[in-house]
Amino acid sequence: MTAHNNDDVQQKNRNLVRKLVLIVVAMFGFGYALVPLYDVLCDVTGLNGKTNETAVAETQYPVDKNREMTIEFVTSLNESTPMTFYAVTPKLKIHPGQYYTVNFIAENKTDKPLVAQAIPSVSPGLAAEYLKKTECFCFSQQTFAPHEKKTMPVRFVIDPKLPERYKTITLAYTFFDNTDRNQ
Amino acid sequence: MSAVIAEHDEHHDHGPAKGILRWIITTNHKDIGTMYLVFSLIMFFVGGTMALIIRAELFEPGLQFVDPQFFNSMTTMHALVMVFGAVMPAFVGLANWMIPMMIGAPDMALPRMNNMSFWMLVAGILLMASTLFMEGGGPAAGWTFYPPLVLQTGKAFPFAIFAVHLLGISSIMGAINIIATIFNMRAPGMGMMKMPLFVWTWLITAFLLIAVMPVFAGAVTMLLTDRFFDTSFFDAAGGGDPVLYQHIFWFFGHPEVYIMILPTFGVVSTIIPVFARKPLFGYTSMVWATGFIAFLSFIVWAHHMFTVGMPIAGELYFMYATILIAIPTGVKIFNWTATMWKGSMTFETPMLFSIAFVVLFTIGGFTGLMMSIAPSDLQYHDSYFIVAHFHYTLVPASIFVLMAAGYFWLPKWTGNMYNERIARLHFWLSAISINILFFPQHFLGLAGMPRRIPDYAVQFADWNMISSIGAFIYGFSQLLFVYIVIDTIRGGTGKATDEVWEDASKHSLEWTLPSPAPYHTFTTPPTKIPSEHLD
Amino acid sequence: MKKARQLFAGLALSIFGLGLAHADYTLNLTEGVTKVSKDVHDLHMLILWICVFVGIGVFCTMFYSIYHHRKSKGHKAEQFHHNTTVEIIWTIIPTAILIGMAIPATKTMLEMDDVQDADMSIKVTGWQWKWEYDYLDNGIHFFSSLDEASNKARQKGSGIDPKTVPHYLLNVDHPLVVPIRTKIRFLFTAADVIHSWWVPDLGWKKDANPGFINDAWTYIEKPGTYRGQCAELCGKDHGFMPIVVIAMEKEDYKQWVEQQKEAAAAEANAAEKSWTQEELVAKGETIYANNCASCHMPDGSGMPGTFPAIKGSPIVTGDIKQQIEIMFNGKGMMPAFGQMLNAVDFAAVATFIRNGLGNSVGDMVQPSEIAAMQNATAANDDTDEE
Repeated sequence: MTAHNNDDVQQKNRNLVRKLVLIVVAMFGFGYALVPLYDVLCDVTGLNGKTNETAVAETQYPVDKNREMTIEFVTSLNESTPMTFYAVTPKLKIHPGQYYTVNFIAENKTDKPLVAQAIPSVSPGLAAEYLKKTECFCFSQQTFAPHEKKTMPVRFVIDPKLPERYKTITLAYTFFDNTDRNQ
Repeated sequence: MSAVIAEHDEHHDHGPAKGILRWIITTNHKDIGTMYLVFSLIMFFVGGTMALIIRAELFEPGLQFVDPQFFNSMTTMHALVMVFGAVMPAFVGLANWMIPMMIGAPDMALPRMNNMSFWMLVAGILLMASTLFMEGGGPAAGWTFYPPLVLQTGKAFPFAIFAVHLLGISSIMGAINIIATIFNMRAPGMGMMKMPLFVWTWLITAFLLIAVMPVFAGAVTMLLTDRFFDTSFFDAAGGGDPVLYQHIFWFFGHPEVYIMILPTFGVVSTIIPVFARKPLFGYTSMVWATGFIAFLSFIVWAHHMFTVGMPIAGELYFMYATILIAIPTGVKIFNWTATMWKGSMTFETPMLFSIAFVVLFTIGGFTGLMMSIAPSDLQYHDSYFIVAHFHYTLVPASIFVLMAAGYFWLPKWTGNMYNERIARLHFWLSAISINILFFPQHFLGLAGMPRRIPDYAVQFADWNMISSIGAFIYGFSQLLFVYIVIDTIRGGTGKATDEVWEDASKHSLEWTLPSPAPYHTFTTPPTKIPSEHLD
Repeated sequence: MKKARQLFAGLALSIFGLGLAHADYTLNLTEGVTKVSKDVHDLHMLILWICVFVGIGVFCTMFYSIYHHRKSKGHKAEQFHHNTTVEIIWTIIPTAILIGMAIPATKTMLEMDDVQDADMSIKVTGWQWKWEYDYLDNGIHFFSSLDEASNKARQKGSGIDPKTVPHYLLNVDHPLVVPIRTKIRFLFTAADVIHSWWVPDLGWKKDANPGFINDAWTYIEKPGTYRGQCAELCGKDHGFMPIVVIAMEKEDYKQWVEQQKEAAAAEANAAEKSWTQEELVAKGETIYANNCASCHMPDGSGMPGTFPAIKGSPIVTGDIKQQIEIMFNGKGMMPAFGQMLNAVDFAAVATFIRNGLGNSVGDMVQPSEIAAMQNATAANDDTDEE
């Protein structure tokens, strides 16, 4: 038994270890907490240009007839998603504050049912929060019967508070095949 | 618990157990330190062999030796082995040996946990290495494990993740032990501001470890559940985001690189004063600078991700925060220079390696500063320029200083002097070849060569060939170190004195002990604490 | 400095007796061909010079000390260990220098960020391991992968000396063609894993993330061919998906656009003609080497555990419809080739794998059948102009 290794030091060690383990556990939790924190951060800063994930209620904005801007619709398919997918109107001149409806067409090209999820992304990312959608096929998964072709409307408005420097906004959708996930 | 430990201690009073069991069940800090150091040296050669496979393939354009997939798994495993198998365990080994002796403690605070963390490390590395032989090959998505690519790994995937968990738990236990030792086991009179800087830097490193290793464990666990349990943390199809992984990873990753460099600072701050025969210049500012660097490491992570598509405010913030790191790092380099200034220097091998560290680490720091400038980083990012940068801050920094530490403390560990002539040969071969190896990589990166490619356009051929030649010279000259270590254990060039280096006992407590250091030291605490930097 | 570095380089080369002093190597970052790339280059040089200057100061002090303050010269050690004034000075001066660096860096960053007011847009999609380009304004669309000569030479044990291949690993089958003096906006995304689009002459790289879009822009001043590579590790053939940008005068670009439209029409005609099995197999061999061999291996043996073998595969030797369905729509890691290959190439490779690589099923598919499948869905091209 040494002067250091007495019960007193043992007790101190035990207390310290307890605190340190607590930090470890807390930091493990913090890693997970970063996931919702990141979403909050995305909302605030426009990181990755995520748009609203559920429909917003249709509120009236003052329409700015003097300001005209362009909105582009870009479509992609991830990996082996067996679909065709395109915007009927790939480009539109719009006025902020006014509601527009555009159609997207998607078709299942297989002989089997297909479940797919569309993920929206906006460029420039900072403009995403000004793009409000009241109706969108991306709010939920889409189920397609074999070879089914669907026409899917998106209704949106650009908040007139959008800073003047934005003249073109691109709204992109990527369809992911989620069929396996749903089995 | 205390009864068990007491029993253990009595057992150990008779000296080490005999045979192989001594090593398996040992709780003695010196035995465990030795095991860590030997293990890390072996891993240094394993990781080095992988590096030589990479450099052999890159010697000439065209694919000569390996398939691209195996090449990727070599770059991945080289990094994992070097980071988790060589550099980190080597510093834990040094901590085990030296921290109790430097603060006048009889052992580490938690000896049994110490043993467990070592064997967990071995298990983790073996598991990681075994993935190379699994169907589909080892992980090949880079040591950063970026999804979605990493999710394409074959059968090895869950095993690689589990190996990372083991390595993480091992480091966390090591870190807890070090913190407990430093907080609770210091000899009477050993105030915090009297501790050698090596102890200070390790204390801060240990806090970094317990703060970020769990975050990494969380990130890889999310990868695991994404692949096997249908979560979608990083899968866009389920509302996740692959970029989120990069944020979490680098929240761990940036402190992680400091985990490998801060103890390096500590060792150099311990060696230079001994051979300059002067107290360390600016002890207090060194402690503060280390703490400040550690703090900054938590708020600069996204400078690894300037190309990922962050909003402008993010790019600017991370650029400014990163630029700040140059200030405390500069302070350290100035302090080391000032420690040498007007000293009475001699240039034994530990000092040679330390001086080479200061010079070459400064070069690595400069390229780091260049990359902190976000617009230019959009060119440097993921090119050979960054490969050159982080190897300058790891090889001629961490590895050189580990070599310096080896030569510096070998006489204390073994009781014998090493062969100075061969050691100097080792130094000069290393110092020259490392620059032949890494300096041309700056040119390659600036000329547009991306990293992690197994084959390249012919305009990159010359510098790649030179770099590979440097790699082979460097790799094989490290065998000299192994020879010297074995030779020293067997008697070296004669018995070392207790102090080993002239007036070393003025600097730190370990030099007041006999050489070799007895199995149990400071069972009664020292009475006189060296504190020349306060006088 | 440039001269000195070249001198050093030459010296280093002659020391190693490589005799490559005349070889085509570069030491520094390119100035590039856009204003942004020049700004980045200037910024790079500014910081480099500051580092060189500070480095010389620190290293000279250190080596002066190493030379003069040594024991062998009888220098006695002084015992000072701090000096507050000096410490404050060497904290404040670097801070001032760093602020000086941050100002021009911020300016350039803001400039790079401004993608508004672009004259045209190109969507770039990263695939394992090729690039897809969509001209959003005129509907031109194609895939761009490593050219055939490089692809042959890069196989392990190919026996082809890369030095004999023009632009080895930096050449593609379909380069991206753009007009000069036009603000071009790029939208980046990826179909599988993360890629990164890097042409050093444009001054930046940008990641392509699956499911998300990133943007960047360029304004090229000078006609020419600019080469780059994927910069983010994206799997096995990450090193083999180069980028070639050909910038031409606006007039030439217009002609190129017309040619592309004619070529598309010609392609459709070729698909209508009736092909023999021999013709298709002969054509299919090259298509296989360029599109399939990197996973399924040049001899069709696959990679156990990751990529299935073609040789003797139950799918390839089984029902042709099922094989075409998988090729067309993809499966798991296998991308959907339905829109990636034109009808002739698709039919050729589908026929080739049934009658080559050790398989001999003996049947075939006509390009016209594939064209029908493609037309069934592509009646409305998603990039049609309003």
